[in-house]
Amino acid sequence: MRDVSIIGIGQTPVGEHWGRSLRHLAYDAVAAAMRNANIERADALYVGNMLSGEISGQSHLGTLIADFAGLRGIEAVKVEAACASAAAAFRQAYIGVASGLQDIVIAVGVEKMTDDVGTQLSAGLAGAADADYEVIHGITFVALNALIMKRYMHEYNVAREDFAGFAINAHANAAANNNAMFQNPITKKDFVNCGVVADPVGLLDASPMADGAAAVILCPTEQAREFTDNAIRIKASALATDTLSVHDRRDPLWLQAAEDSSMRAYKQAGIGPEDIDFFELHDAFTIMAALSLEASGFAQRGHGTWLALDGEITPEGKIPISTRGGLKARGHPVGATGLYQIVEAAQQLRGEAGNNQIKNAALGMTQNIGGSGATIVTHIFERVNQ
Amino acid sequence: MTTEIARHWRLNSQRYQLVGEVCPKCGVKMFPPRDVCMECADDTRQPDFQFSGRGEVYSFTTVHNAPEGYQESAPYTVALVKLEEGPLITAQLTDVVNSEVEIGMPVEMVTRKLRAQGEEGVIIYGYKFRPRLAVAG
Amino acid sequence: MPLMKPNTDVGIVGYGCYIPMYRLPAKEVTRIWNDGQGGVPIKEKAVGGPDEDTMTIGLEAARNALVRAQIDPQQIGAVWVGSESHPYAVKPTSTIIAEAIGATPATQGADWQFACKAGTETIQAGIGFVAGGMARYVLGIGADTAQGRPGDALEFTAASGGAAFVIGAAEESLAVFEATYSHVTDTPDFWRRPTTHYPSHGQRFTGEPAYFHHVLSAAQTIMAELGYTAQDFAYVILHQPNRKFPERAAAELGFEKEQWVTGLLSPVVGNTYAGASVLGLTAVLDIAQPGDKILCVSFGSGAGSDAFIINTTDRLPDKQKSAPTTQDYINRRIEIDYATYVRYRNKLKMH
Repeated sequence: MRDVSIIGIGQTPVGEHWGRSLRHLAYDAVAAAMRNANIERADALYVGNMLSGEISGQSHLGTLIADFAGLRGIEAVKVEAACASAAAAFRQAYIGVASGLQDIVIAVGVEKMTDDVGTQLSAGLAGAADADYEVIHGITFVALNALIMKRYMHEYNVAREDFAGFAINAHANAAANNNAMFQNPITKKDFVNCGVVADPVGLLDASPMADGAAAVILCPTEQAREFTDNAIRIKASALATDTLSVHDRRDPLWLQAAEDSSMRAYKQAGIGPEDIDFFELHDAFTIMAALSLEASGFAQRGHGTWLALDGEITPEGKIPISTRGGLKARGHPVGATGLYQIVEAAQQLRGEAGNNQIKNAALGMTQNIGGSGATIVTHIFERVNQ
Repeated sequence: MTTEIARHWRLNSQRYQLVGEVCPKCGVKMFPPRDVCMECADDTRQPDFQFSGRGEVYSFTTVHNAPEGYQESAPYTVALVKLEEGPLITAQLTDVVNSEVEIGMPVEMVTRKLRAQGEEGVIIYGYKFRPRLAVAG
Repeated sequence: MPLMKPNTDVGIVGYGCYIPMYRLPAKEVTRIWNDGQGGVPIKEKAVGGPDEDTMTIGLEAARNALVRAQIDPQQIGAVWVGSESHPYAVKPTSTIIAEAIGATPATQGADWQFACKAGTETIQAGIGFVAGGMARYVLGIGADTAQGRPGDALEFTAASGGAAFVIGAAEESLAVFEATYSHVTDTPDFWRRPTTHYPSHGQRFTGEPAYFHHVLSAAQTIMAELGYTAQDFAYVILHQPNRKFPERAAAELGFEKEQWVTGLLSPVVGNTYAGASVLGLTAVLDIAQPGDKILCVSFGSGAGSDAFIINTTDRLPDKQKSAPTTQDYINRRIEIDYATYVRYRNKLKMH
């Protein structure tokens, strides 16, 4: 196993790119990352994407992106794990380099949501759940999160407004991120009074779906200096799965795959949650932020919202999260999100996070969730220099 | 018109009668049936087990923005129902006032239209749950 | 002798009903179509929710019948569903119900159609099937989600509901069929062509030559042939397209109010078409005593009537409360307005 580092990052703004198609968005991110890494070629391309088949009528994405990114001939393949597609693609890239089979590898996450503006989108997203036993009953992705959140509030005696801190922090941080979709701050009053999507999930509990692409370039750490003096080392990479459906979980209020993947990651890195300087978690819904903090060892069971109530998730807090806006405010281009998280973690560790910079950030963690906790990918990154 | 026929047809006994399985080794009752026991990973052929259809609401929410094929009955309430034999199951609640649903509410299975594939397609029937019928003593 | 009387005695081993929970008050129909003016034929009618149809209604009634019958569904030799609103024009309702109750595959499945008497036909044929030794049990069902054209007189009453009966040997039965009689003629009082959604009807022609002629002829024939008068019966149930018709027919036959009132559900349920007379029968069976004699007469447009004389047995009281009663379903009630009704019954043009 070789040590692996990130030597280049790139991203497009998250938003409604009416004029740019799937392939062009992916190209924008790949080209930016390649420029950033000062490379002109690579050995392989892993494309994270969830919905190209359902929404754009486009399968066979690895080859398409390679072709239109000027990389014809390269090994390329799409990796799909619902909303965790991008982190899963990144992990494949990591495995390629770590194994010694590939040297310079590109991982790109891309999602083009706005090619369908109707019910096909919600049907496509529901594909992350169990088609025969959840989706057939008219369940939506929001509804699954609402079912978990409702029971969580019931079991742990938590009020919806206790989740406000997650959304407020995300919006506050996104204000300084030019690539974020929502750069407007929100107040607790906004959160409490927002419209209901699926009770108890309100509009401000949920992340906005949008278009976007983000990419990174990986190479063996020992070669990283040839390309950059700002390499970011991958200290741990772990992917774990749980039951696909929420109803089959032993405890629907516990993200077992988050616990499994984060514990494996801590073990690989030889550290514990207390060593993490910031955490880019998967706040597709505020409830997911709370559950992720609990299962990853930052909060006790049922106490995830306490960190938000105590301000410990803000840039000055004990465990800053969503430091560049998170899914909630940066936006959630589903199959690209995992690589946005990784690009943002790299920015923090490089010291390139501008007004969002976490002081002395040395160890950062990302966690990308597919479905309502069915696939969870956790990575830990470390600054190489200093 | 979609023609997803076999995909639903093969689930008839599950959808109409809540037929799951009981693991011959550890005794856990499962819905839906699986090839491998979800608790003890035993993979011997598991006997059918028909659930009573009685349970209670474990959690619920109301869907306002319904996906394609479900708009007709929106807004509708979906729930995780805890069956009295153990498993949780995802299903719609029916014959219910959405605002009157609460966690712990006793419910029973009924068979209703889950969706129709347009005006020309096949009608998919299956389980939903409703508040237990009040029966005069 | 024109009566149908099997060589072996056959009866009802189990019965069950189903009525949807939504109610459309008749005054809502006059509010929309007549400025709220004029009289109404009934108080309110039962309306199925958007996820209900003749299959789901028939199935719940069948499940209740099986709870009362306590038999192995594999021994049901035929599952027959009578309706004028089968969910498919081509594809049986009966196979869905047979599968859902566990009667498949060794069973006879068929859908019946004869306007509002399609339900009683399944019972009549079931008597013959069981008596002839062709099957140990027959499940006969009458169910409908009847549709009246918006603004038409039928819209006040066209309702949803149904009942199911497990027919079997007299020794196992809670009520035994003494005889049955069917009276049919070619009388086009009400019809629907295959590609149209709403039925048409002959206005006042539906009265004398259609409903009254057939109901009275069938009832008078079966009573006369067996030498009975109205006084011999504890209960009478007549097809009930509204309140007035069955009340007048019962009076002409010499019945008193206490004999027909239990089985007259149309004022609070509406006309459930193939479910109508059989729902009246389940309401009577819910409260009858052993030894009661019951006259039940259906009417189907087109036109014909099936008449039954049924005698309850000692087995009835134990069965009455073992499944939800007709009154339990009548009591389960949520009033809806015309707009909700239009939505639930698929009358909103969406495309």
